[in-house]
Amino acid sequence: MSNEKKNLTRRGFLRTTARGACVAGLGALVIGASRGAAVRRSVWQIDPSKCTACGNCATHCVLTESAVKCSHQHVKCGRCNFCFGYYKSGSSGAASHSGAEFQLCPTHALVRTHIVEDSYEYTIDADKCTGCGICVKGCKEGNGSLFLQVDQDRCQNCGECTIATACPGQAFVRLPAENPYWFEQGTEQHS
Amino acid sequence: MRLTTAGILVILSAAVGAWGEDAFKYPPPDLGPDYVQPPAHTPEITHEIPPIVDIAVLAGALCVASFLALKLRSRKAVWIMVAASLIYFGFYRQGCICPIGAIQSTAEATLNPAAVISLVAIVFFGLPLLFTLFFGRSFCASVCPLGAVQEVVLIRPLRLPGLLRHALGLLPCVYLALAVLFAATGSAYIICRYDPFIALFRLNGPAGMLILAAAFLVISMFVGRPYCRFLCPYGLLLGWTSKLSWRRVTITPDECIKCRLCEDACPYGAIQSPNTETLPENRRKGVITLVCMIAVAPLIIAGTTWLMLETSPTLAKMHPTVRLAERIRREEAREVSDTTDASQAFRESRRSTEDLNAHAAEITGNVTRGAGWAGAFIGLVIALRLISLSTRRTRDEYQADRALCVACGRCFEFCPVDPRNRKPKDDGGTA
Repeated sequence: MSNEKKNLTRRGFLRTTARGACVAGLGALVIGASRGAAVRRSVWQIDPSKCTACGNCATHCVLTESAVKCSHQHVKCGRCNFCFGYYKSGSSGAASHSGAEFQLCPTHALVRTHIVEDSYEYTIDADKCTGCGICVKGCKEGNGSLFLQVDQDRCQNCGECTIATACPGQAFVRLPAENPYWFEQGTEQHS
Repeated sequence: MRLTTAGILVILSAAVGAWGEDAFKYPPPDLGPDYVQPPAHTPEITHEIPPIVDIAVLAGALCVASFLALKLRSRKAVWIMVAASLIYFGFYRQGCICPIGAIQSTAEATLNPAAVISLVAIVFFGLPLLFTLFFGRSFCASVCPLGAVQEVVLIRPLRLPGLLRHALGLLPCVYLALAVLFAATGSAYIICRYDPFIALFRLNGPAGMLILAAAFLVISMFVGRPYCRFLCPYGLLLGWTSKLSWRRVTITPDECIKCRLCEDACPYGAIQSPNTETLPENRRKGVITLVCMIAVAPLIIAGTTWLMLETSPTLAKMHPTVRLAERIRREEAREVSDTTDASQAFRESRRSTEDLNAHAAEITGNVTRGAGWAGAFIGLVIALRLISLSTRRTRDEYQADRALCVACGRCFEFCPVDPRNRKPKDDGGTA
């Protein structure tokens, strides 16, 4: 310690200068980085137009129970009696009853309620949904009103989403945190 | 299926504005004005801690860590801080967000204008570096959760041979160069993907990560901080800034009496012994070595640059688009008979192969350019390391190496000059 104080002259001066330069450089880097990219709070979300419902969402999330869940855009739903997302294909003869053996959803998270005549409402029990996308794949035959979305109350917002790295359609995108769901904002800016 | 008035259809289509669907295959029924659409399932963001809290906690932790290592000089206090950081940054925040990973966000934000980055990541990158410029590596000592895990499990540190230490010590610069390259080209965040302890913090993860965590835990029991010393790219940056630090950890609070008691105290090989007696006889030989090293430096830089440029086609495959383009090419050339999820998704997307190939070529070009710079960087670091190894600085006391010392505080307890290490009854006698 005492020795260091004695020959402070040259090395000490160089060190102080270099330190000052480093502080300035760090400041410049932070400003440069903030200006270079869109610096904002953002979240992971799935672009439904690129999603292939491959099933990786259910298995590749860092959470034991995936942050991805099925979402339903009710305004698009045909309320069909025979729902491609609800029933297994080939079980059309049994469409009048909702036996578990005919349902696509492995956890029975897709709930079917009768409204009028042969119209049915389909809602999702988010607690049961695993995000496997089987119903989404089925509904692609129909109106495509069922689709996968990242539930923002579950997502840990990792720097690199592990599902995104396994996504065959490269459907994971970053959305601004103020508007974190795809179907709320239309297609003008993102598709 | 159902008859609907054209009017409702038009209104619905306009309201939905859905992804390019002109009309519904199965038009929604007219359910009358009383029908209420069920609400959309759009839960609010709840897991996010306000950015200002995150930044404040990190700044607070850095202040405390610096105070404990430099002013209080207490190994016990540092240890308590290690445990606290392990619990908060490790198991509570699950190791995310961390300054090590923030290298990638910052690199992407600086080099890729299309990136979307949160300000927290950039601040997390900068703040520990700033603290290190003033107080040394107190971040490593007791704030970093990865360092904390390794600190806690270290039971029987082995002394590594010098050559092995220096050779492994070059890995961080390769890791840093690759991490920046992959992040800036949008290929991958390899620091996060191959983080050795994240699976432990989450108590969950893919098999590969769990095995990696277990392996690192076992190694950490016998080799002091293997990740920090031989892999951590952020540690490399902190080591550099630490060399310029305003204050730093000193082994002794007063004058060193060269008692050699602290010689084996450091499990990280950061304590340098005095060399005043061995220096003069090697001077001529030392000068020749130094000149040789300076002469060989451009060759090393050229060599690593060439090596990285040669491997750049392989490196480019880290990017999913490049992999996809390659896969499509092989499928179309009938080199493979099956398809993958990704190639099927591509065909369903109706995107043209030319478009994909153009995008892949652009990325490959970026990776190649970046790989050249990364190679030059690696070469420069290796050359500078060799040059610094062939120079000798005069030391007439036991010192902690500025770059290697992680301010863990183990050596404090070994110094007999520190009054706290003397037994009370001897106090009067030895003074």
